[in-house]
Amino acid sequence: METTDQLRDRLLARFPGAEISVVTNPGPAAQHSLLLSPSPARDIAVFLRDDPALRLDYCSNVTGIDWPTLGCLEVVYHLYSMALKHGPVILRLRTTNRTDAVTLPSLTPVWRACEFQEREVFDLYGIVFTEHPDLRRILMWDEFKDHPMRKDYVEPDDYEWEPTPHGGVLEKAKRHYPAAPVAGVADPGPASASPATKP
Amino acid sequence: MIASGLQTTGAHVREVHDDFHGDLLEVSMGPHHPSTHGVFRMQVTLDGETIVKLKPVFGYLHRNHEKLGENTSYLGSMPYTDRLDYLNSMTNNWAYALAVEKLAGQPVPERAEYLRIILAELTRLLNHTCLAGFLLQDSGASGTPLMYAFREREKILDLFESLSGSRMMCNFQRFGGCRTDASPEWLAAAKKLTDGYGAFLDEYERLITGNEILMARTQGVGVLKPDLAISAGITGPMLRATGVDYDLRKVDAYGFYSRFAFRVPLGDHGDTYDRYMIRVLEMRESIEILQQAFRDLPAGPIMDPKAKLRGFRPKTGEAYGRIEGPKGEIGFYLISDGTPNPYRYRVRPPSLINLTVLEDLCLGHTVADAVIILGSIDIVLGEVDR
Amino acid sequence: MLGSGLLQGLAVTAKNLVGSFHDPARLTTVEYPEQRTKLPEAYRNFPFLVSENATDPMGTLRCVACQICEKECPPQCIYIEKSKDKKPDATGRPQLYPTVFDIDTSVCMSCQICVEVCPFDAIKMDQVFEIATTDRFTALLLDREQLAKPNDYYHTIHPTEAAEVDARLAAERKAAAEKAAAAAAKAAAAKPAAVAGLGEAGAPGSSTPATTKPPAA
Repeated sequence: METTDQLRDRLLARFPGAEISVVTNPGPAAQHSLLLSPSPARDIAVFLRDDPALRLDYCSNVTGIDWPTLGCLEVVYHLYSMALKHGPVILRLRTTNRTDAVTLPSLTPVWRACEFQEREVFDLYGIVFTEHPDLRRILMWDEFKDHPMRKDYVEPDDYEWEPTPHGGVLEKAKRHYPAAPVAGVADPGPASASPATKP
Repeated sequence: MIASGLQTTGAHVREVHDDFHGDLLEVSMGPHHPSTHGVFRMQVTLDGETIVKLKPVFGYLHRNHEKLGENTSYLGSMPYTDRLDYLNSMTNNWAYALAVEKLAGQPVPERAEYLRIILAELTRLLNHTCLAGFLLQDSGASGTPLMYAFREREKILDLFESLSGSRMMCNFQRFGGCRTDASPEWLAAAKKLTDGYGAFLDEYERLITGNEILMARTQGVGVLKPDLAISAGITGPMLRATGVDYDLRKVDAYGFYSRFAFRVPLGDHGDTYDRYMIRVLEMRESIEILQQAFRDLPAGPIMDPKAKLRGFRPKTGEAYGRIEGPKGEIGFYLISDGTPNPYRYRVRPPSLINLTVLEDLCLGHTVADAVIILGSIDIVLGEVDR
Repeated sequence: MLGSGLLQGLAVTAKNLVGSFHDPARLTTVEYPEQRTKLPEAYRNFPFLVSENATDPMGTLRCVACQICEKECPPQCIYIEKSKDKKPDATGRPQLYPTVFDIDTSVCMSCQICVEVCPFDAIKMDQVFEIATTDRFTALLLDREQLAKPNDYYHTIHPTEAAEVDARLAAERKAAAEKAAAAAAKAAAAKPAAVAGLGEAGAPGSSTPATTKPPAA
């Protein structure tokens, strides 16, 4: 199979207006990826699926990534070919920001395999996929507000009493019982000494 | 190719009689339902007894495994992978170890690779044996086949327990090898089990494979077409039952699978019966692989001497590692930013993605068929919901 | 013939039914708790702390409160408080010890990572599995008195592993003792010169370091 650079050049020749760049993976795995601009992404995906030299008919893995440092959300597609048994070709799409411009084209019309995985990315990262046939929350319940996989997600204050809180759990415990410092909750040391104190 | 006794005709949507063409009935199957293999819900819309719409509902066992993985060290995620697909902790461990080894460029000694193959194939035997039992349970053969299957499964679990210390939560693979070495006694016991497994399969097949009721219930039920299977990312035995030759043990040849001679069984109808049959045939191939592995198992270390247990920090980069798990392609996608915790930790769950086509398979069939179609997809909710 | 598959299957069940009366391979059920199977040596359940000596478990804990296991524990079920003072360990070297060592077994998932990361062989996996209690919180929280079990017990549950650990520890201690003895000899050789040079015995730098103390065991 052609290298990522060759593939990018071929795609640029086929889609002259598209912005396509190679994201180099510095690690030993050396699985480089192609960063696409969102608007022609679906056409490119169809091309990748149908091109006789590539035949990337199988979208294995779809996942979101939160990049607060880059100020964007990213979705990554791992494509393989079942017909020609090669891969992966990795596609990345980035949103404009992390707050209001979080829309990306859905690739579910190209690969059905994206259906549940894009729902999951929508659920956990809050990326909205246009033209997804059934974009609902998948793992969290429908009334749930935030997106738990984002790096700045603050979990709700649903602290459950633990006999030996320490670290982050202790911080939570202190917040949860600010007024009444129950022995064994706010102070982890003699927790075993005061077994009767339970909320 | 699978020879089957009765003719299969494929999924056929039954014609709805006008007299009954009245109200549709919505039934919520699950989350607490013995046929859903855990806390899984199917929101089914019925016309009479025929399914006209089916929406799977997930999340009852969701614990945000991926967030946990991003908040613990690389090593700390290993025991959590046991709890994804809790029938197949050994292959989950391997998939995760493989992804991390790819990420860090960590070599694995030869003996450890062989041991991994032995354990993965034992896991495959275990999973497919369970599935054969569950599927029969789902189709109404209460108890007997399931108990026979569990009797054999327990022998494999005993092997896992005496090697790793735990029946199901093995936590056995490490980055750069395995945790403990297999003693000669253990290998002898495993070989004995493998030698006897063919006889068990023969008996099990005599019990059920030729059973006319099973054939009537499963043949032509839930037919999956190869095009849809590929597009929907179906992997594992479910894909191969449709006749698509795609087995990562051959395609990626991870570990030392290229050194083993085995065949990839393929179905030709893609129905529930083929999905059952594929598993039986795969078990027979697994026995072949195990025999070769016991024969060729080299001596040597089981852990790379340079591998680090504590303070493991892969260089910045990312890797997607995948193996052929018993349920399909189980993959881990990891991004390292040079810290002890992964920046992104993603599990590619075969069970969840195989459920993509559940509605397509069930449309036009009855509720009772939906139960066996779900059973033949082979899901574990620990992995679907993560 | 239609029905032959059914009859074949019934023959298998009949064979199993009859076999379950005389063939142990077909009757694998064990009547727990009256009957018990033997646990494999590798079986693990919850961790325990190894102490050298059954008569003084708290005094001879191998644990030096380094808190590595606390950090590495994936579900964060270990809680350790270090001592302020030091007391001699099995080799006589003064070490910190845990004043509090709690394991919350309602959180512990028996993954054995604490055992693997412990550089002092101080924490090992136990095999006690009958741990049902009526109290969800405190009865499942084990403190260091409940966790401490003597090395002999370790030998009874994991004989092979314990023998390896003991051999390794003995070798390490021997090497440490030899090194210490060599250092002491060197110090002793250097001392007269230093004393002569300073012309004064008992100079502050010449006291024997604590590490050169010979092992007690």
